[in-house]
Formats: sequence, structure tokens, C-alpha cells
Amino acid sequence: MHFTIEQRPQPSAAMRVAAPIIATLLTLAVGSAFFAALGYAPLAALHAFFIQPLSSANGLSEWLLKASPLILIGCGLAVGFRGNVWNIGAEGQLIAGAIAATGVGLYWPAPDALLLPLMILAGIVAGMAWAAVPAFLRARMNTNEVLVTLMLTYVATLLLSWLVHGPWRDPAGFNYPQTALLPPAAMFSYFDPAYRLNTSIVATVIAVVAMWLFTDRSFLGYKMSVSGAAPLAARYAGFRESSAIWIGLLAGGAAAGFAGVAEAAGPLGQLSPQISPGYGFAAIIVAFIGRLNAFGIVLGGLLMSLLFLGGEQVQMTLGLPSALTRIFQGILLFFLLACDFFIFYRLRRSGGH
Amino acid sequence: MTPRLELRNISKRYPGVVANDDISMAIAPGEIHAVLGENGAGKSTLMKIIYGAVQADSGEIVCDGNRIERHDPATSRALGIEMVYQHFALFESVSVVENIALSARMPFDLDALSRQVVELSERYGMPVDPRRIVHDLSVGERQRVEIVRCLLQRPKLLILDEPTSVLTPQAVEKLFETLRQLSAEGCSIVYISHKLDEVQALCDSATVLRGGRVTGTAEPRKTTSLELARMMVGANLPEMHIEPARPSPAPILEVKNLSADPPHAFGTALRDVSLSVHGGEIVGIAGVSGNGQAELIAHLSGELRHRHAEAIRLEGQPVGRLDAGERRRRGLAFVPEERLGRGAVPGHSLRDNAVLTAHRAGLVRGGMVDRGRAAAFADRVISRFKVKANGSGAAAQSLSGGNLQKFIVGREMELAPKVLLVSQPTWGVDVGASAFLRQTLVDLSRAGAAIIVVSEELDELFEICDRLLVICQGRLSSSLDRRKTDREEIGLLMTGGTESSTHKGSAGALHH
Amino acid sequence: MDLFVAIFAGTVIAATPLVFAALGELVVEKSGVLNLGIEGMMLMGAAIAFGAVVAGYSMPVAILAGGLAGAATSLLFGVLALTFLTNQYAAGLALAIFGSGVSAFLGRGFGSAPIDALDRIHIPGLSDIPLVGPMLFRFDPMVYLALAMFVAISWFLYRTKSGLVLRTIGESPQTAHAIGYPVIKIRYLAVLFGGLMAGLGGAYLSVAYTPLWVENMTAGKGWIALALVVFATWRPQRVLLGAWLFGGMTILQLQGQAIGLAVPSELLSALPYLATIVVLVIISQNRQMLALHFPASLAKPFRPAG
Repeated sequence: MHFTIEQRPQPSAAMRVAAPIIATLLTLAVGSAFFAALGYAPLAALHAFFIQPLSSANGLSEWLLKASPLILIGCGLAVGFRGNVWNIGAEGQLIAGAIAATGVGLYWPAPDALLLPLMILAGIVAGMAWAAVPAFLRARMNTNEVLVTLMLTYVATLLLSWLVHGPWRDPAGFNYPQTALLPPAAMFSYFDPAYRLNTSIVATVIAVVAMWLFTDRSFLGYKMSVSGAAPLAARYAGFRESSAIWIGLLAGGAAAGFAGVAEAAGPLGQLSPQISPGYGFAAIIVAFIGRLNAFGIVLGGLLMSLLFLGGEQVQMTLGLPSALTRIFQGILLFFLLACDFFIFYRLRRSGGH
Repeated sequence: MTPRLELRNISKRYPGVVANDDISMAIAPGEIHAVLGENGAGKSTLMKIIYGAVQADSGEIVCDGNRIERHDPATSRALGIEMVYQHFALFESVSVVENIALSARMPFDLDALSRQVVELSERYGMPVDPRRIVHDLSVGERQRVEIVRCLLQRPKLLILDEPTSVLTPQAVEKLFETLRQLSAEGCSIVYISHKLDEVQALCDSATVLRGGRVTGTAEPRKTTSLELARMMVGANLPEMHIEPARPSPAPILEVKNLSADPPHAFGTALRDVSLSVHGGEIVGIAGVSGNGQAELIAHLSGELRHRHAEAIRLEGQPVGRLDAGERRRRGLAFVPEERLGRGAVPGHSLRDNAVLTAHRAGLVRGGMVDRGRAAAFADRVISRFKVKANGSGAAAQSLSGGNLQKFIVGREMELAPKVLLVSQPTWGVDVGASAFLRQTLVDLSRAGAAIIVVSEELDELFEICDRLLVICQGRLSSSLDRRKTDREEIGLLMTGGTESSTHKGSAGALHH
Repeated sequence: MDLFVAIFAGTVIAATPLVFAALGELVVEKSGVLNLGIEGMMLMGAAIAFGAVVAGYSMPVAILAGGLAGAATSLLFGVLALTFLTNQYAAGLALAIFGSGVSAFLGRGFGSAPIDALDRIHIPGLSDIPLVGPMLFRFDPMVYLALAMFVAISWFLYRTKSGLVLRTIGESPQTAHAIGYPVIKIRYLAVLFGGLMAGLGGAYLSVAYTPLWVENMTAGKGWIALALVVFATWRPQRVLLGAWLFGGMTILQLQGQAIGLAVPSELLSALPYLATIVVLVIISQNRQMLALHFPASLAKPFRPAG
């Protein structure tokens, strides 16, 4: 007797729900084994990684604070991924947004009431502009967007590095590579001054709803999904591939640009090389964990945010490196992708010959 | 005498369909044995089981008296079983001899192999040039490569799956000569077909399949076509009702001197193509596949756009530069040859697939898809075109080829098109559904639509078309009246032969 | 003249990790599989090789360990992409993130001190010829290994039956399966080979080029290797050429900084990335050539029917 794999006649709805749960459990299992192998009590380590960060009001605030950009960018990227547009340079678009917003915040003489809105606008436009380059190159020049978005991420990182080491360095900053602090009018306001969670999360909530409407209900979203699932069918129906490319990349760029503004005008309050702890890359995983679906992305973002917090927590309490975060992210995505297989396929016992 | 190959109680089921149900048959050495059946009868699955490309769920295969235990293509080929696929197993990007080397069990020496290929191809009257790259070959040449590749293994049993579907009538006769020669040398041949006349001309015996089961065995030369046809399709042969065409005075679709470079490296250039189609008639385009049909249809549908707007006119308006959506808005509809992935999105429901082209029929309001209306539209198509599906929520990929085709044709027809392009309307569709689809096309044309049908099935074109044109190497012949031409003339044109001066249906005689 | 020699030699050395990684990826892509995770595999190779040297193993053992680490990492991708038929973009990205995390984790104990770099060869006589010696005969063995791999891969792909099988699987796995080739197995081997090569490229960075361990020290070289394969339109000679061009760009930029060009170093550092984009755009214009050498089944999941 042995098992064979066969395609299911219809994708399994039960597996669709179960796959992320199974993947999370498997990740926890591997994580326990990993901690045990390192000589830590697995339960205590998992507790430190996944429970401790959420056991205080401040922890919850941090959780949402970090989940917000992940979810926001994840939504933007998923719009493109659904249309087979592979923007993996959200990190660069985020940096571009942060640079533009900080530039406006520090150097644009605008009335206080207009300052933050102008920064948001500048950040979104900069993120979109950073994404427009690969969009133009793919739509008009047939150039692979995966590579261009990535290359531009390195360019954005270097640009940021130059600005904070050079022309924008805070003269009163003891030579640290960072800009001056943004004025109070340039900052998102807190819900409660005791916690860092700020009003920028409203944008994320709006983005989730907008993303849901767009992908699940709108005709434009429908066209994008046809472009992604069956490019020949899109061409057959007369849906333009170039509009899918533009929408896909600009949505990701706008979301990442806003996230950049929210980082600079939120928890950081200035521009520094550490503007993003890898949100742009992690959001790709969030989009996949959320199965490119708005509400799935919310859950994926919360999970991924917890991984960031957990990584910091074990660094503080157990002295383990924060690289664990990336390891867990990778493992989670591995398991999720593998579990997805069983939505479309199943094991069947066969008599064998 | 021990049979060369014996099948005992072979069954194979796929999710949702029984492809082969308890099939048994025996083939003697040197026998040419037909496996006859309509599309979807289970012939191809059976052949893949014999070859080992697909495993049977139950049953035995016995070769020269020995039961085959673990079956795969390598085992088959060690036993001397070779197969020529319907859609050839050749790689486009490499040369003929490299293709052959991939399946030759001998040291990798392309020069020596080339000499053998030339030798063998001359002996069986099938010239092939071993150094050419496959994508430059015509379909007929490719088939010769396939057969030479098999013969190089000195097979004891050769399986041919619908080998003539891509050949001109003249090439079919040459192929038969080669096959008879092989049979005389003792090679058994399994010949899969749904064409009665060919089976009667070539085969010693026949096993007839329907719905995955054996419905009869016969000696084709001593059996009438009617009897064979009954075994194939059951008691009731569908009949067509075709009223004479009454073409509109002005053409609805006009193509003038359309030339275009190939859209990709392996495509065909179109050369000075002209045709016109009037309302109320069906115009057929015949030809061996790969001669520019795909490019022509893509230019007509708008999937490819042309530099010159005037090259294509729809109701007198130049549309050459418009994309597919803009042409559809002006009343064009299109049923492509690839149903999954082009005519429909495989993983999407029928409801969502309705929106693909029917969105302009009120399924989208205020930029939002109206799911209720889309479902109602899909349900309407399902009931009017008798699509067997699990409701409008069923995924397109869960439908059988014939049912999905009915859905796509139905969707396009619900849009009441002025021009309908149809490519390979009945490929892989069972006989009942084929007749229904053909009748549907005729009815639509008689209601005033202009229809273009591209097909490789000459029988089909002769049955439903009012006029025929032949495409060969990107050039389109002039128009022939269906009633005044015959298979032989079309066959000549398919190979690039020029129209004879004495030919019967002269160009443009039907109109003007 | 000394400057010229320095630039030439520097170019060849700077190109070597790219030659390894990009040639490996070329073989993977020729089989129809797209592994975006080169960065992760290189980092694993760099970390393991460096760790092996720190732990006292000999150079050849350390470099081999780096290669094997890359191969082992690629196996994760292989299982996902080939057995579980996942989206290859996603699986490759996961690998890139995972490899960067694991290598950083492993590397925390390596310290920040440099090690003694891999020795360069010295052939009495040849290495001392003026001009020619330093340009051709004074590299470390890995540089020559990279060139040998280039020759071997070119020969394998276009002169052997196995290479033909690999290329045709990249064109149509369905057809290759139909005529009896074990598509999945061959693709696994290709993926493992790609991992091995990426691992060697990474190892070269950490034990010969820098020779240091720094988190994420590949700094995008894995992605550039990926771009090189596109730039090369899937042909080995052009991979080599592209790697040298890129290496040359890197060296020129370093020289520019060294001689104190009045341009910020970050902007010079950005040049190779911008140049990659420009080259990609130029290459993408020739669709005909792309189509002729492009593995038609690239990144499309395949499962044998039956």
C-alpha cells in the first residue's frame, strides 16, 4: 500500500481555512525544536516569543503599531500580486516615502495645519514615483519588474544613507547619521501619550476596506485578477495588461510610501538608516500568508508583527539574536506554501501494483 | 498465435469521470488494429495506458505472452512499443536529430545518428532533414520526424493517435503506404481515429469505444460505415438543419491586404490576407495547423493590433488598431481554440467567467461587478446551452471540454454578436455536443450574424460553411463556394498548390 | 599601467562570486525553474565557510562546506517548488529571507575580525612576467575554478545528452515527461547544483574577497546574479561577460572613491544597481532573442500527469 497524490476535482474550502492554521502550528513545532536544540526550554522560549510581548497594554500598542505598516503594504502589494505584478521593492518605496515626507516636514515652510497632510501627500507620491519606474519599464519596455524593484531598493537605501550622513544630517546630533527631529505639527497624534500607537493606523483600516472592495467587488479588481490568473484570457477579453501593471505597482508604491511617512512621523520622529526593520520585505510574506485577501492580510500582518516583537523580546530576555525573526518568517512562509498544496491536491491511498 | 499485445479488463477513472471501463482487446503481430471512437470516448487514455504514460487503476497488459508488471514509457520502449502522439512530443527549440537523440538508446553521437535518420527516412519514403530546428518544420514534417524516431527503435508495436488530423488528404495516403509497409514487415499497429473512411481503408480489425467502454469489434472492410457509426455514437445520429444562406448585401467584416510579422519567434507571418464576411453566412478557414490561423484570428479578434486601422473593417469602420475590448464593443465576439486559460479563467467560477466578456451586458454597474446579475447570466447560458455543470459557482476547470465549450459559445452568443469568430468549435467535444454546437452556429448565422469558423476538420467545414478559404504559410486563398469545391481541391491548397485554372468555385463568384 | 592592472585584476576578483552564483542560476533556469533565493543561499555559503575557517578547518574544506550549505538551503526551495508546486517567486523569496536569518543567526559567534584570506597562487616564472603575470597568473584558485565551471557548464549544456535533456525540460516538461525523462528528479539536481554554486559564490565572498563575516554581506549580489542571467539571455558566455562588466563597475566605483572623486560614495555605490537596470532595459528590447533562448517553462509549476 502506498499513497499517491491526486488533484482534487474542486479546491478544498476546508483546507483553505485550515492551511494557515496548520502552517502556524508547524512553525511553532519547529520553533520549539529549535529552541530545545539551542538549550532553552521550548515552552518558556515560545512564551517569551509569542505571549510575553502581548501581555501588557504597551505590548498591544506595539503589536498594532508594527502590524499597521505590514498590513498596509501587504494590501498594496497583494493588489499587484493578484495581477501577476511582482513588486518586491516595497522596502525601497517605503524609504522613498519617508525621505519625501521628512524633507517636507523639515524644510517646507507650510502652516502647521497643512504640514502633516502635505507630508502624507509627498510620501505617497514619492512611493508611487519609486514604483512608477518599474511600472513604466515593464509596461513600455518589457523589463522584468522583480529585478528593477529590487535594484531600486538598494538605490533608495543608498540615497537615504547619503542624506542622513550628508546634507540632512542633524548638526546638533552628535554626528549620528540622522536628521533633526520633526516638529510636533509634523507628527501623527497619539491615542494616548503613554503609548506609541498613533492615528496613522486609520489609514491602514481604510486601506483594508478599500482593498477588499477593489479586489472582491470592483470591475477593475476583477480585470486585475484575470490578468494574474490567465494573461491570455485578459488579452482575449481586451483587458489591457499595461493597466494591470500600473495599478499593481502604484498601489504597492502608494501603500509603502504612506508606511514610510507613518514611520518617520510616528515612532521615529526623524529619518535615520533604521527607518524600516524590513517591513517592505516582510509585507510580501504577509500578502502571501493572507492569501492576497484583505482580511487574510490583517491576520497575516498581526502574526508577522508578533514575530518582530517576539524577536526583540527573546533578544532582551534570552540574549538570542533578532535574526530569529527572519528565520521564523521564512519557516512560516515555507509551511504555508506547502500547506496550500493540499487545497488543490490530496493524498489518496492506492492499492499499488 | 500469441497476440503481440493483449489488454485485459483495463479500467481508469479520473475525478468525476470514468475514462476507461473494463476494456479488453488483442492485437496480433503485423495486424493494423483500429481503436475507433468519438472524441471523449477514452481512446487517448487507453493508448497512454498501453504506452505506460498513464497507469491503469485495474486490469492487465500482456505483451508477447508476458504480463507487464510495473508499467512506464521506458518499459514499453524496452518491449518495442512506440507511440506517435496526436500533439507531438517534439521540442521546438532544438534540431530534429537532437530530438531523436533524446529517445534513442545509443551513444550520444549526433553525426552517426543523422546518417541513420536519413537512411531510415529514405527507406520508408519520409524525407526529413536531421539538422533543421523543429520550430521551422511544418506539421506534416514534424509527424514524419515522430514516426522516424519511433522506427529507429525497430518497434514491434506502433501506436498512432489521430495521426491524420493535421495532414492533407494527399499526405494521409502517403502515410498509409508507410504503415502498410511496416505491417508487412511484421510490426503491429494500433491506429486511433474517429474517421470511418480511414479505418476502412487501412485497418484489419477495429475495437470501437463509446463512453469509455467497448461497444463492439468489427472487421472494418466488411462492415458498413453506418454500422460502425452506430457503434461509435449510439443509435441516434444527430441530424443538421441548414437553410440556404441569405447573405447581407454589404460585408460586415472586411480584411484588406493584411500583412503582419510573426508575433513571436515561433509564429507565422501573415502575407497580404484579404477576406470579407457578410451577415447571414458562415465562412470557413481550412488549413494545416501552424500556417497562420492563430495569427489571423488574433488579428481579427484584436488580441493583436495592427499598424493600419484600414486593414480590418467592421461594418465599414476601420478597426485594425483597436484592441479586443473595443472591437467587442462594436459587436464582435470570439470563441478561441484554447478554452482553459484563454476563453475562460480555469480557477474562476462560471459566474466570474461570464463577466469576462459579458460585462458590457449590464453585469457591471458603477464600476462594481453585480454578482447577482452575473450569476443570472451564467445560469441563463447554462440552461439554454444545456451545460452540464454544478451551477454557476462551478470552476471552469471542473467542466468537461465539451461543456466548457458550450458555456463559452453560449456566453458569446448571448451577447448577440454581429460578427462571431470561432476557432476549432468542436475540438475534443463529444458527438452530441458537436452537433448541437454546429447547429447553434448555423442558426446564429441565419439570424443575420457573420461567422468565421477556423477548423482543421474538413468534414466540419464542409458541413456548416457556405464558403471556404484555405490558409497556407500565412497566405489566404480566394474564396471557394462550398457546393462547388471538394476535399481534393482544398487539400491541394492546404499544401500550397495553386488553384487550378479549371477549378470549380471561382473567387468572389458568390457575391457582388 | 599599474592602475590598469589593478583594475583588471580587481574586476576579475569582484566578478568571481557573481560568476559562481549566476552560472548556477543559469543551469537552474535552463531546467525551467526560477529560484529567486540566491541571496539566501549565498549568505548561507558565506557564513558556513567563514565559520569553518574560524573553527580551524582548512580552506578547501571550508569552501566545500560553503558550497554544500548552499545546496542544502536550495533543497528547501526544491521541495516547495518541485514537490509542492508552490509559486516559485514566493518560495524563492522565502528562501532569501530564511537564508539571511539563519546565516545571521549562525554568524553571531564569528566575531568581527577578518581571517587570513585564501592564498593566491604563485607559479614561478609565469606569475612574475610583467603585466601578464599579475593579470593572469596571480589569482586565488577559486578564480580559476569559476572559469573552469564556466567551461564545464558550457560544454555540459550544449555538448552532452544530459545538457540537451536539461534544456528540453526547460522548454517543455510535459513533452520530456511524455518521452520518459524524470523531469522532477532532473530539476531537483539542477536546483541543488544552483545552490552549490551560490554557496561557493558566498564562500568566496567571506573567505577570499573581504575576508570577513558581516550580516547580509552579499549586499544584493544574489539579486544581481539573477539579473545577470536575464542580461545573458540564458547563455553562459554572456553570463561571464556580464559578471565582468559588473565587477568592473564595482572596481571603478571603488577606485573613484579612492582617488577622492567629488561625488558622495553612496551615489557611486548606487551605480552598479542603476547600471543593472539600464542593461536589463536594453536586453528586454530584443524580444526575438529573448524568445529563442528563454526556457519556455520558466517558473511554471509542473506535475507529471497520470
